[in-house]
Amino acid sequence: MPKCSRRHFVKALAVGVGGSPLLSVFAATPWRYFTVAEAERVDALCEQMVPGDEDPGAHDARVVRFIDQQLRGPYRQHQADYRKGLMGVDETSRELFARGFLELSWEEQTEVMRALESGKAKGNTWKNQSASAFFNLVRNHALQGFYGSPRHGGNRGYASYRMLGLDYPQIIGQNRYR
Amino acid sequence: MSLKRVNAVVVGAGAGGGVVAKELSEAGLSVVLLERGGWPNFEAHDHDELISQRVTVLGNAFGPDDRRHRRVVSNGNGGWRVVVPSDGAYNNNAACVGSGTVSYGAMAWRFMEKDFKLRTTYRSVAGSTLEDWPITYQDLAPFYEKAEWEIGVAGETGADPFAAPRRQPYPMPPFPHNQEGLVLEKAAQELGLHPFPIPMLRNSVPYRGRPACIKCRYCVGFACEVNAKCGTHNTVIPAALATGNCQVRTESVVSEVVIDDRGRACGVRYFDAENRLQYQTADLVVVSASATETARLLLNSQSKLFPNGAGNRHDWVGRNLQGHAYTGAFGLFEEDRYDDVGAGATIAICDYNHGNPGMVGGGMLANEFIRLPYLFSGIRPPGAASWGRDHKEFQRKYFRRCVRVVGPVQEMPVFEARVEVDPVVKDDWGIPVARISGSRHPNDIEVGNFLAAKAEAWLKKAGAFQTWQTGAGRGVSGGQHQAGTCRMGNDPKTSVTNPHGQVHDIDNLFIADGSLHVTNGGFNPALTIMALGYWVSDYIKRGWKGSRFRS
Ligand SMILES: Cc1cc2nc3c(=O)[nH]c(=O)nc-3n(C[C@H](O)[C@H](O)[C@H](O)COP(=O)(O)OP(=O)(O)OC[C@H]3O[C@@H](n4cnc5c(N)ncnc54)[C@H](O)[C@@H]3O)c2cc1C
Repeated sequence: MPKCSRRHFVKALAVGVGGSPLLSVFAATPWRYFTVAEAERVDALCEQMVPGDEDPGAHDARVVRFIDQQLRGPYRQHQADYRKGLMGVDETSRELFARGFLELSWEEQTEVMRALESGKAKGNTWKNQSASAFFNLVRNHALQGFYGSPRHGGNRGYASYRMLGLDYPQIIGQNRYR
Repeated sequence: MSLKRVNAVVVGAGAGGGVVAKELSEAGLSVVLLERGGWPNFEAHDHDELISQRVTVLGNAFGPDDRRHRRVVSNGNGGWRVVVPSDGAYNNNAACVGSGTVSYGAMAWRFMEKDFKLRTTYRSVAGSTLEDWPITYQDLAPFYEKAEWEIGVAGETGADPFAAPRRQPYPMPPFPHNQEGLVLEKAAQELGLHPFPIPMLRNSVPYRGRPACIKCRYCVGFACEVNAKCGTHNTVIPAALATGNCQVRTESVVSEVVIDDRGRACGVRYFDAENRLQYQTADLVVVSASATETARLLLNSQSKLFPNGAGNRHDWVGRNLQGHAYTGAFGLFEEDRYDDVGAGATIAICDYNHGNPGMVGGGMLANEFIRLPYLFSGIRPPGAASWGRDHKEFQRKYFRRCVRVVGPVQEMPVFEARVEVDPVVKDDWGIPVARISGSRHPNDIEVGNFLAAKAEAWLKKAGAFQTWQTGAGRGVSGGQHQAGTCRMGNDPKTSVTNPHGQVHDIDNLFIADGSLHVTNGGFNPALTIMALGYWVSDYIKRGWKGSRFRS
């Protein structure tokens, strides 16, 4: 079972679960773009994309930090996709399980993910935004944050490079990569 | 106000332009080489996959940047979309001194004799402007040789039985096969194919003052950390500078070739590093800005005699945009096959470049370059999980057990596959941007599927327990192997330049880059573009009469 990422997260931030974006403007947010509440949801979505097992997953590799940083940089154009999409994720969760995404069990979250992926997710947001496009966006970004270079904020501790047996930084002329 | 007149101004310091700058400055001409990008900087990208010239999701480490550059591409249903360079649809190559030759995989192919005579070999193809080159392999052979020796190629002379005849051996010995190369070599031989080590513009031994390759994990998509990869930025361009006759001006964006009322090129206008508009006058102008940007620049250069753009009297500038459909197959193995020894690609076959029953053309097949972790996360057999636990498990299990064989399809030129200038959208300097539209010829898809099946059979023979093919889509082709937009030819009505890269009707305007290709070979094109740089320069030097060019 992948460990539940949410508890860690909330503890680490030592703040309550901020409901609305407006509230969290005043909360001390460690994020460049996300509100605290949004970051929690992105973190949970990414953990579904790359779950922790015998190797770290998206949460431990801090993939949400990668995404947050890029939304203030090269992915600026996706800010609104996230803001709206995350609302949609909660709407779909409520439609399916009468609770918000973070309140769901791992398996229930996976079901929400499948609904998003298929594009058949229910929720007000998805009437004018494609659920599957949002799903693909988060998936691509999660994989980039997990498998890409740590210099962009994700892949903490070279988590994915360790998993693949790739030394980093590469040591030239030594016992090649093993 | 214009800048001090020089003999030649060369636009673009890539594969073609770098060679031209060296050849002309060595011949005693004063040369200004204008490049929109800067000198490549290894530290700036530092092995970062997400900005490598292979993945680019967060930008192109070797240019151009997303902030100032854009293009317009057709969406296939009559609509248009503005795209930035990090978007694959932009069809980028690179923008820096050396351009693609800094971050390329460095395969160093000579085209085959038939590649210059496709029309004669296969006759006409419906829906294609297929034509023979106006020059033959024999014409270009001495210049291929020059490129191989001056820029540096490692290869096994005589190992490819289908290769055209050559006078000199490769200057450096070939690279040995990596683990997957050895497995594929045996399988190819068992299939009766003719495998050989890929010739590479990369030092297998110290060569001309630069060290040998250390076979590191970062090659294609990255600059070489130890400077063992041979591009124009570390060979011919430094040689041009060493003559004292050449000046490289970086961060210089050329907006127009100025043509006077009598139809002569007078120089170029460009925005310098401080965004000031400059006018560099010259006795002759050579445009080497790559297939898309050369066409754009010519179309943006309107004059009294050429109101539709320089060399565009007959509407051929920007036509026949080609690249390469890349098709092949992946195979999964029970044991590790990938040993993480760079550059990764070591083995190729040319058995399927020509003579495929009932088909026009073909292409070379080779194993893939180095494995990049994020790139690999998009590689899965059909039906496999694209996220979640199973996706991660696949990554962990098969990162070293997945082999790819792939190759470039020799594409059929299509008149409607083209570069135009957008009527509305401009770049940061206010220059109208390139607009790209059209689609591949159906033959490319058919040949691509054929090559994919051959790649799959090869992988099966090598012991893959599961294989799957990857074909090509109908979308427009261009990208890193872009070519064909200013075709050379004998007839001014159906080509843009004469056989020497001299623009029809503008005697002192030349083109020397991939734009000249009539067809683009079933091979990566850089060595051919370098050879054309030497070929065009040779003609200019022969016509240079101490003060001006006379044809
Ligand atoms: C990752 C990668 C891998 C590759 N692998 C291979 C390989 O293995 N083998 C191979 O043969 N080829 C390979 N290529 C392709 C190869 O790099 C190109 O075919 C080649 O560089 C094209 O040469 P060119 O002279 O036509 O244009 P370029 O080399 O692109 O040169 C054009 C130059 O002009 C500059 N320019 C454009 N417009 C302007 C302007 N208006 N003002 C000033 N400057 C301008 C550009 O910035 C650029 O530097 C690869 C390319 C990449 C990016």
